[in-house]
Amino acid sequence: MTNHWRDIKNADLILINGANPAEAHPVGFQWFMRAKLDRGAKIVHADPRFTRTSAVADTYLRIRTGTDVAYFGGLINHVLQNNLFHDVYVRNYTNASFLVKDGYAFSDGLFSGYNASTRSYNIASWSYDTDAATGFAKRDLTLQNPRSVFQLMKQHYSRYTPDVVSSITGIPVDDFNKVADLVGQMGKPDKVMTIVYAVGLTHHTTGGQLIRSGAVLQLLLGNMGRPGGGMNAERGHANIQGNTDHAISWEILPGYLKIPAPGQKTIADYVAQSAPKKSDPNSWNFFGLNYGKFMVSTLKGWYGAAATKSNEFAFNFIPKPASNASWMTIYDQALKGKMEGLMLSGMTAASIGPDSNQVRQALANLKWLVVMDALPTTSSEFWHAPGVDAGQVKTEVFMLPATHWIEKDGSFVNSGRWSQWKDQVIPPQGQARHDHWILADIFQRVKALYKSGGGKFPDPIMSLTFDYKDPTKPELDEIAKEINGKDLGTGKQMTSFANLKDDGTTTTGDWIYTGSYLDSGNLMKRRAGIQDPKANDPTGMGFYAGWAWSWPLNRRVMYNRASADLDGKAWDPSRPGITWNGKSWVGDVPDYPATMDPHDPAAWLPFIMNGEGVGRLFSNGMVDGPFPEHYEPIESPVANPLHAANSASPVAFLYDKAAGRPDRFGTATEFPYIATSYRLTEHEHYVTQHVPHLVQLQPKPFVEIPAELAGTKGIKSGDRVRVSSKRGKVEVLALVTKRLGPMTVAGQTVYQIGIPIHWGYVGISADSDPSHGRYWLANALTPFVGDANARTPEFKAFLVNLEKI
Amino acid sequence: MPTATRREFLKIGVAGASALAAAGLGFDDAVAESTKIQQQLRIAGAKELHSVCPYCAVGCSLVAYTRQNSDGKVELLQIEGDPDSPVNEGRLCPKGATAMQLAVSPRRVESPQYRAPGATGWKSVSWDFVLDKIAQNIKASRDATFVATDGNGNTVNRTEGIAFAGGAAFSSEEGYFATKLMRSLGLVHLEQQARV
Repeated sequence: MTNHWRDIKNADLILINGANPAEAHPVGFQWFMRAKLDRGAKIVHADPRFTRTSAVADTYLRIRTGTDVAYFGGLINHVLQNNLFHDVYVRNYTNASFLVKDGYAFSDGLFSGYNASTRSYNIASWSYDTDAATGFAKRDLTLQNPRSVFQLMKQHYSRYTPDVVSSITGIPVDDFNKVADLVGQMGKPDKVMTIVYAVGLTHHTTGGQLIRSGAVLQLLLGNMGRPGGGMNAERGHANIQGNTDHAISWEILPGYLKIPAPGQKTIADYVAQSAPKKSDPNSWNFFGLNYGKFMVSTLKGWYGAAATKSNEFAFNFIPKPASNASWMTIYDQALKGKMEGLMLSGMTAASIGPDSNQVRQALANLKWLVVMDALPTTSSEFWHAPGVDAGQVKTEVFMLPATHWIEKDGSFVNSGRWSQWKDQVIPPQGQARHDHWILADIFQRVKALYKSGGGKFPDPIMSLTFDYKDPTKPELDEIAKEINGKDLGTGKQMTSFANLKDDGTTTTGDWIYTGSYLDSGNLMKRRAGIQDPKANDPTGMGFYAGWAWSWPLNRRVMYNRASADLDGKAWDPSRPGITWNGKSWVGDVPDYPATMDPHDPAAWLPFIMNGEGVGRLFSNGMVDGPFPEHYEPIESPVANPLHAANSASPVAFLYDKAAGRPDRFGTATEFPYIATSYRLTEHEHYVTQHVPHLVQLQPKPFVEIPAELAGTKGIKSGDRVRVSSKRGKVEVLALVTKRLGPMTVAGQTVYQIGIPIHWGYVGISADSDPSHGRYWLANALTPFVGDANARTPEFKAFLVNLEKI
Repeated sequence: MPTATRREFLKIGVAGASALAAAGLGFDDAVAESTKIQQQLRIAGAKELHSVCPYCAVGCSLVAYTRQNSDGKVELLQIEGDPDSPVNEGRLCPKGATAMQLAVSPRRVESPQYRAPGATGWKSVSWDFVLDKIAQNIKASRDATFVATDGNGNTVNRTEGIAFAGGAAFSSEEGYFATKLMRSLGLVHLEQQARV
């Protein structure tokens, strides 16, 4: 989230796409209701399924899954055609005025630079027209130049008329127009809208561009950086945020630094190819300027004395991937026989999929599998799952009992970036050990093997810093201090990442957490909450700056310079983010130099993290286009009404095809119904299959079937049905409902089926089932394909057939 | 309102309606009465600790109560929403409210388990056994699949044949530690739940 949970109460309009916070994030949803009840905010919910979120929304739009780019595109077009954008903000705080160089073009679903044989773009033409002398982008603040981002954007989105949007999304034109009117009012300076979504919105082959569409709309309306505004991802696991920040992710190092690429030999090479470049004279380019300092301080923290100026601070210790190494790639490599071992912690590949049957085959291709978990999972048990001949599975499997969250201390970071420290409440049950103690112990044993027997490039293993009292049992408090970083000269904890250096005199574990653990103590433990609102929330905006600690630097709303106008006054004085008092910026922790006078002609532009200094309506940061474009899901019952010749994403990576495996995509002839998947309130993924109360509340797997479709097939609630895709099947109970219904899309009637994800062959329900949950894995149905940028699987839009058993 | 603090008021609420009914809704009496009743609560004299809900990422704060029994064992008595939190203001959903059944469970894996290739059952083994074997596997797979220099002559120092995935249930510090160790083993296949 750019903002945070409590901040949602400050919104005038809440746009929710695909997400279902009333059921999936029920306690966070209280802040949506506070906005509605206390300030009359409106809630608009676009979702394939009518949920409890829809029930309290002011407007519910039944949308065909996977078409949100078209929905957002229609809203953007409405704002542009009717001049409803926030004029001052768009001219000064976005790249609307930047000129794009000749050569950029878009035609029949393809952007310039497409290569059909590699299914990829050369993005060279997606860049600014620059001044030869300064190298900075040319700008036209009148926004009239036909090569300005503004005019190109207006042209791009002009195709997204209400009729076209309706034909793609299935939303009736009148309903769409009503929402467009509401959204259009949010460009007024005294109005603000928030966009809320969850991971499901990313689970499309257009996932990245779906999110970008929302961000573009928010920039046009002047809603980024403001309390009550922003782009707010409700994250789905207790600490998915913290562990994304800390880079358990193939493409990054801690703090969203890029993983180095082959060919980079020095820190300078790395920074030149990774850091943002200043493209406007008034852009500070803070991130770009400090990128090398953050990297060197991280390397110094990891490799200590072995990281020196003369060896580029051990830059060659960091592995450099040849190509994408994300979630699906792991199993693709295993299917190819190239992956020998896999360690899974608190995560079960067999249930998550996509294409669980193929993933289970991949697990069987491994030499060894380590599962670290408190409870059995569908991965730890995959080798003797129902229907599997255990004797034929050659994988060596280890199940290591790990501790639960409540048996250890440490921090959890919520969706709003608040890092909250927790106590160790109880000692480990049985022989369970902490994950980090298991990993530390294994690492020390590997190190001993290299020491005694030698082996490939042991240097990073030998020199990794292990400054813990017990190297096999590091304390999380010690690690938290390490993450913050210190000044090696004085021995003092760093107070801000702005002081990190690239000369090897400072360390950090993750620069965005610098400032969380000072010499005075661990700020994540702070507890100045609602027991005293007057003292702890003096502005009444809900920042609660003395409760826990949020990155970066305890800032509660990111990009908050954009919450104030050119003079430093709040766009809406009743909802200030930061304001200029004549001497300094006050309010939230400023995302800007604290004493920089906004009237100074040399004052920096508001967005300090990118090279432009302004928000990007046009961006070359995506591999599938500088503007979002609607493409159909890989499996779709209709051709793309905008460009049938390029119906689905032309750059989505097709794993099976690239590997020479048989095609596993189905067509509408065989699989005529659209399916999507989701969570229920009473379960979280798969672990809750071990919690008796929750299994009692939602005991059996089911699929939701629209009443009209069920009627044609003679299916009643409680009947057993088979839902099948090209890849697999589920056999579960039918729940016939009016929450789903027929839609008219591109002139034809389509149905959507809803599939909760929670069941499998492990857990209390499976134990009492005659088949032991043999066909209960929802992801047996989902396709092994993902977004071109992030490779998020297309879990939320695929084709199935439905039969009564 | 009398001088009861908000926290005391909540405790009165916990003490139950009977106190209020017995006192004929006389609030002052209810405070006095509830003080006595509080002595009988399951959490009376318990240690109060703070945690955060293990499920979704709203980040609801929890108050957990424990007591050390005469046999020295620490018993988890109760988990409830933390009334001081600006995030949840004491509220919990059905999952958070049943977190005790996740925390303490007869379904937990009690000891390390090992299943040899082709074996048809688990075998309970010692920690030393599994940690040694896994360390040997990691070294063997790392040495077998390590690429020091790629086809273009670039130093890349990567381990291609081992993957690590997980972390959304880790404390942040554990996650950071896993990244630090796995990258130093040369792993490029490093993932968690963010994409899925």
